[in-house]
Amino acid sequence: MRDFLTIKGLSKNYANGFEALKTINLRVKETEILALLGPNGAGKTTLISTICGISKFTHGKITLAGHDIVLNYRAARKMIGMVPQELSLESFETVINTLRFSRGLFGKSPNDSYLEDLLEQLSLLDKRNSQIIELSGGMKRRVSIAKALSHEPRLLFLDEPTAGVDVELRKDMWLLVRRLRNKGVTVILTTHYIEEAEAIADRVGIIDKGQLLLVEEKGSLIQRLGQKQLIIELQAPLKDLPSILSDYDIVLGADRQSLIYTYNMRSGHSGINNILSNLTQSGIIFKDLQTKQSSLEDIFMSLVNEKVA
Amino acid sequence: MNYYGIKAIYKFEMTRFFRTLFQSFVSPVIATSLYFVVFGAAIGSRIQEIDNVSYGAFIVPGLIMLTVITQSISNSSFGIFFPKFVGTIYELLSAPVSFFEIVLGYVGAAATKSLFIGLVILSTSMLFVDFKILYPGMMILFLILTCLSFALLGFILGIWAKNFEQLQLVPLLIVTPMVFLGGSFYSISMLSSFWQTVSLFNPVVYLISGFRWCFFGVADVSIATSLCAVSGFMILCLAIIAWIFKSGWQLRT
Repeated sequence: MRDFLTIKGLSKNYANGFEALKTINLRVKETEILALLGPNGAGKTTLISTICGISKFTHGKITLAGHDIVLNYRAARKMIGMVPQELSLESFETVINTLRFSRGLFGKSPNDSYLEDLLEQLSLLDKRNSQIIELSGGMKRRVSIAKALSHEPRLLFLDEPTAGVDVELRKDMWLLVRRLRNKGVTVILTTHYIEEAEAIADRVGIIDKGQLLLVEEKGSLIQRLGQKQLIIELQAPLKDLPSILSDYDIVLGADRQSLIYTYNMRSGHSGINNILSNLTQSGIIFKDLQTKQSSLEDIFMSLVNEKVA
Repeated sequence: MNYYGIKAIYKFEMTRFFRTLFQSFVSPVIATSLYFVVFGAAIGSRIQEIDNVSYGAFIVPGLIMLTVITQSISNSSFGIFFPKFVGTIYELLSAPVSFFEIVLGYVGAAATKSLFIGLVILSTSMLFVDFKILYPGMMILFLILTCLSFALLGFILGIWAKNFEQLQLVPLLIVTPMVFLGGSFYSISMLSSFWQTVSLFNPVVYLISGFRWCFFGVADVSIATSLCAVSGFMILCLAIIAWIFKSGWQLRT
């Protein structure tokens, strides 16, 4: 698949010297779902705003389907839809009118049947003539998405799309993102929820202090950086950790009836075999074994902390 | 050219006008009618003719200008300030529209509204005083140019303003006094020579004078000067807006 969005050496400096984005390089393929993870103030929204043209940048180049977003902004922006983090809507406007406005603004001819279809997909059709002020928070969030999709974009930015929404709406949104991808839309979302990235993203980018620390395929990221834990359930409780196991990163569980061994997949040699034979030699009987893979959250925290250190 | 974009902005703004018809239309008409009652009928009947025009008729162009200028500024400044205030400006900044198209949409809608109000006031004034318009074509041209120029000024104010207080500040402290002292209710020839010279620094004098000429063929300054002044003012405002969009001042971080 060809690159759809290309960012080369993007940086953004404020007049006071603050570097909001530090030489960002990124390539996103068509129909890909990329999740950008990062703590508050990491630069996620700034990056999105810069690509959309809301915010200016100092150096670098951004192209979308071969169109430079500055030199050929019309062609580039026509393809972009954006759902901002904040619910920014005209309270006294009707749902359908606000969609018609967005569609027209992005240079598309009127098409009420498309807009109504969109409203139906977002369970908003019965609210088409309601004023936005009359809608619930969740419905406003859906209107925000409908506005971003009103001009049939090929690249959709979702800035913290599920912040503050209930579980049902979150699941609906994930479903919508997958449906959009199936229709050929590329999706870039920022999120605080690691489970969101794990659930829907193809690749994950980790951003902190304006720097893109890494972008990697979700599965391989977990595998490459993931730590695993082996939990050994014992037949009988132990007083202390046997000295034979002192060379390993192993601790006695709080109930004293389990041993927790932490190891890294990257080392290639887990040491599990040796631990189990040492236990058998010492006469310690185990009744069960479990392994636990570290989540993206653990990886994210370890990467950010590593950087801070 | 993004015609759909211009149309979308224009239509959206006009919808707001019709939704808030009372504030947008009825209140300036009532206010102007009160001016006619007070200055035209009550006080005007005791004031002698100016340049062979009855005082009631003499103030008609000034009153229309007063309303049109304040309405153009307020419609346009509110039109662009409101998206900034509620946050929907992101959509405008990320859309494939040029500064000129944005201006056409917002300023076009604001000017249409004030032109409409100006024409309604003109019709209302005919109920109070008797007068003829000597040059109706020029009168319409002047009215349109004034609506556009001050809508452009309002657009700049709307971008500049950071809160509602600032939005009201310039119209209240600068524009209204300039309109009142620009000859809405008098001819500047009635002033002493010193104040006449001072008045010539007030751009509104040229607008009201030119507009009054279209009605009665009498003016404080020549019509050519008035036309140059209003066109120059419009070009200046356009240049400032072009710079704002290029630099991103008050819009883009």
